[in-house]
Amino acid sequence: MAMPTDERRLAVVPAYNEAATVGSVVEALHRDAPEWDVLVIDDGSTDDTAGAAAAAGARVVRLPFNLGIGGAVQAGFRHARDERYDLMVQVDGDGQHIPSEIPRLLEARAENPRLDMVCGSRFLTADRSYPAPISRRTGIHLFAFLLSRIVGQRVSDPTSGFRLYNRRAIGLFARDYPHDYPEVEAVLMLHHHRLTMCEVPVRMYERGGGQSSIRSGKSVYYMIKVLLAIGVGLVRRRPVPAPGDAAPVSAGAGI
Amino acid sequence: MDLHLRAVAVLGTVLLLLLVLELVRRRRLLERYALVWMAVTGLLILLALWDGLLTSVASVIGISYPPSALFLIAFGFVILLLLHFSVAVSRLTDQSKVLAQQLALLDERVRRQEEREALASEAAELERSRPRSPASR
Repeated sequence: MAMPTDERRLAVVPAYNEAATVGSVVEALHRDAPEWDVLVIDDGSTDDTAGAAAAAGARVVRLPFNLGIGGAVQAGFRHARDERYDLMVQVDGDGQHIPSEIPRLLEARAENPRLDMVCGSRFLTADRSYPAPISRRTGIHLFAFLLSRIVGQRVSDPTSGFRLYNRRAIGLFARDYPHDYPEVEAVLMLHHHRLTMCEVPVRMYERGGGQSSIRSGKSVYYMIKVLLAIGVGLVRRRPVPAPGDAAPVSAGAGI
Repeated sequence: MDLHLRAVAVLGTVLLLLLVLELVRRRRLLERYALVWMAVTGLLILLALWDGLLTSVASVIGISYPPSALFLIAFGFVILLLLHFSVAVSRLTDQSKVLAQQLALLDERVRRQEEREALASEAAELERSRPRSPASR
């Protein structure tokens, strides 16, 4: 690897009932991305996700109950912030993100070090084989269209969680990260806070096991909820309270 | 509003008020939330007793039968209270999320610390036992 590795790097692996796949994800990270510390967030699983992750050699944060993907990943942001990591990458515990693709995210940062977030996109490659049901893909493309208009740059894969964050992005999302389906709103938050992002083409696998947080029956609900969040995000003047503001619904940085 | 209906309305709201007070007395209800309920019941009692006020409120809204206005107002308050509690639940959800994250992160840190200490004490144990039996290995 050509990058200097004095940067502290953390790979966050959110996992909810992914005992079947999380071990191989951790092993792949150790093998293909050895300069990254691996932190698995067990989101209140009822199977042995935490045990499988620990057996594979990861550090494991065990949430006492299921918070949903947003809350789980935010725990990772908080850890990265508290332990002063310079970079954080999110790699889902279901095995759809490929650790050997992380260098592609890093390359984008090497080209433009001011980027606060680099997002792996399934839809920038010539290879159109990503297997997603048509309903979900319609939703993704609708969000992609809307977000691209709002943030003024092309966002092709707004629901991808395969993302690299620098310290500024870590700090922002440690303070406030959306609840249920966070990736789309996170792009919007980034934009509101004048942070920069770009997308790079990556390969992704089909889900290895478990169940997507976006089940097909729920995708309509998901779309409406995220559309509402996008609308609210547009009219909210200051999405995250600045230090010194009155305490809002979202809890603040330090406890 | 005829006397019978008024008696029912007053009796109902007074009972509600007494229930709220009793819950506060037993510390089952925080004063913060009790105050909202007490304000609402107080206002409803006032409207039920003071015929002129209710009649003028009803005519302002455009309701010809004043007791209906009483129930409409009561219903409006119920909606407001529900919204109030939705806000409270949202805040609690967010607070419990932060608590869960903080707890899990601390738990991980403690476990790591304990592992380190266990390793250190094991190493120290080994160090201490070595000079006594140098030939045992």
